[in-house]
Amino acid sequence: MTVASAPRAAKAGSPPSPARSPRRSARSLARRWSGWLFVLPALVPYVLFVVRPLLLSIQYSLYDWNGIGAATYVGGQNYRTVLTSRDQLVPILHAFELIVFFTVIPVGLGLVTAALLHGLPPGRFATLTRVVLFLPQVIPLVAAAIAWRWVYSTDGVLNQGLSAVGLGGVTRAWLGDFDWALVAVGLIGSWVLLGLCTLLLITGISKIDVSLYEAARLDGAGRVQEFLAVTLPGLRREIGVCVTVTVIAALASFDIIYVTTQGGPGTETLVPGVQIFRLAFTERQIGLASANAVVLMALVLLVILPIQRFSNRED
Amino acid sequence: MFIDGSCPRPLGRARASGAWPGVAVAAVLAVTAACGAPGGGSTSAATAPSGSAASTQLPSAPVTLNFYLETGFPLAQKLVDEFHKQHSNVTIKVREDQFAVLTQNAPRVMASADAPDLIRLPTIVDSAKDGLLANLDGYATAYGWDKYSSGLMQQLRVGADGTRGSGPLYALGIGYNVTGVFYNKQLAAKAGIAQPPATVDELEADLAKAKTAGVQPIMQFNDIGGINFPYQDLLNQYEDPAKIADWVFNKPGATLNTPAAVKAGDQIAAWGKAGYFPKDANALDYTTMMARFTKGDGLFMFNGDWESQNLEKAMGNNVGFFLMPPATAGGKYVAMCAPGTYAIPAKAKHPAETAFFLNWVHTNPEARKIIVDTNGASPGGPPSLPIPAVRPGSVVEQTLKASQTLSKSGVAVDFTANATSGIYAGTIKPELQSLITGRQTGAGFAEKLQSAYEKELKR
Repeated sequence: MTVASAPRAAKAGSPPSPARSPRRSARSLARRWSGWLFVLPALVPYVLFVVRPLLLSIQYSLYDWNGIGAATYVGGQNYRTVLTSRDQLVPILHAFELIVFFTVIPVGLGLVTAALLHGLPPGRFATLTRVVLFLPQVIPLVAAAIAWRWVYSTDGVLNQGLSAVGLGGVTRAWLGDFDWALVAVGLIGSWVLLGLCTLLLITGISKIDVSLYEAARLDGAGRVQEFLAVTLPGLRREIGVCVTVTVIAALASFDIIYVTTQGGPGTETLVPGVQIFRLAFTERQIGLASANAVVLMALVLLVILPIQRFSNRED
Repeated sequence: MFIDGSCPRPLGRARASGAWPGVAVAAVLAVTAACGAPGGGSTSAATAPSGSAASTQLPSAPVTLNFYLETGFPLAQKLVDEFHKQHSNVTIKVREDQFAVLTQNAPRVMASADAPDLIRLPTIVDSAKDGLLANLDGYATAYGWDKYSSGLMQQLRVGADGTRGSGPLYALGIGYNVTGVFYNKQLAAKAGIAQPPATVDELEADLAKAKTAGVQPIMQFNDIGGINFPYQDLLNQYEDPAKIADWVFNKPGATLNTPAAVKAGDQIAAWGKAGYFPKDANALDYTTMMARFTKGDGLFMFNGDWESQNLEKAMGNNVGFFLMPPATAGGKYVAMCAPGTYAIPAKAKHPAETAFFLNWVHTNPEARKIIVDTNGASPGGPPSLPIPAVRPGSVVEQTLKASQTLSKSGVAVDFTANATSGIYAGTIKPELQSLITGRQTGAGFAEKLQSAYEKELKR
């Protein structure tokens, strides 16, 4: 190896020469290499299972290919289709609508819940509330979605409840209703993500300096003012994390929608994830599906990067 | 050639082991770049047994066959068990997957080195075009399959240009299903309906009668587009069945943007508006539909004879079946018929033994009885063989009789949903959901269907 064969450096104790001694450079080279060695166990799977598929997707997106037979190079044709055809743009629009349910509601409600829970004395009730709120995170999404299918069905719990309070007139098959299906699947997302956001935000609140709350109270601040002046600014990073995670969940949503509506009725709940799956595995248009995936990735990055910059900004 | 989109990585492996991970990235780039086009030509070079000198003898030496089948359909497993009982030297290993998983994996499984000997394959065109399926013509001649009902067998032929209907035989059915309308006899009596309708108009009158009597006229799932059953049932009566077959088989110039298709679409929309379909049809899944119809919710259900044994068990004499009536009295019956298709991959290791099994399924009396008893479907096979006996007056008897009526004097057509791999989920399903809720018209439906069809076939 290079280390062993490196020429001896200048005598020990001699003042460091302005030029880099060969020995030092050899050692630092070795150090640099050994650094890579530590990263290797993580880097290899990352390259194999993240970078390689990513690059392959980019390559596939330039071809017209059914996954098995011969592929034809079509250049940017697939991207033109994705960015100009209405069929491909509608799902992207739905993904942005889902941000309301996957991000705005969970983060908003999460903030309120976290602030309320923070004020609670530790005890059974507080623990129970946290467990209940976090439970949706533990249940596999597919199982949760199946359960929600029952809740939303014609004779499901939701309609039974509505009928019981005299609202029988508004009952419907929620997931099959053109006007309500997106709201219905969106609320499943809110239910899943509220727990995650609340937990993250509670952790964040507990890190805020208690003296700030004391100071606010001495200044005569009420709970609302305290929340606005102390809690909210103190949680900027946590909110950033919540927003990032949930926006990705909204834009790249797949499982909830695949299990509950498969994009229907009509195309009311079709999202890019389901569209990509269908193009790739049902229609076997690997090229168009890959182009869709690349566009989706770019879109997610485009939305996420400003959020990251804002939440990581130093004051 | 490289079937799974991967390609050899001569430098990747060698250098990545030297601890310079940057090389790994470079290797990845090399892998993708050096690959050239993904896929890479047809796999038909893999010895597709033309079977010109096909043997019809089963070897006596022990042999193990691998079948890749669909979960939830016990028929194939029962046949496999019976076959092993009769031919103990043949062991058949069965691997099962859910329909969606099976159809999505099929091409890759067949292209792999350990391709199964028999695979349940709902759509054969793409795989045949990609050279993944064995040409069965040799066996067909040797066993006499070419003398089976041509209306059904032509669905299993694929030409070199990818059109179905003619060309080499690439699959065989196990059970040949027929579709029509199941009805609840008690509800029919309640609505004042004395006998099955003889024309489409009579059927429509029955729907109105049921509605007036407070009976749900039709129980039909549509969460994934089940209203295509009644839609195509109407289309079959209005349109020339040959034109529908051409469309399903992807013949050049085929179109279903026709006045007949518009008429069928408008009628479905009118049925939706009149409340003939369940209120929650667009959220109703197949299983729930079956449960509701069985419980007596719904006068009619447009479905196929794969359910007749189940319905017979659950409803006994209370359920009946009729073929979709023609538009005018005395007209020919036209119905969707499709075999449960099974193909032998080109890479199968024991094609001859598997062909023997397929022939046995069609001709062995015990096997034929299993098909009828399990599925209620016609076992197909040589027209001279008798149909196994069933309980007189049962719904199974009615569906088997319908099968015979159709093969003698009617026309069997394939499902429009099978025309291309994407047409059902991508267009038929969402557009039918719009159609029954008044968001789409018959004309709009026909136009969307045709444009999606042409786009997918790149015409």
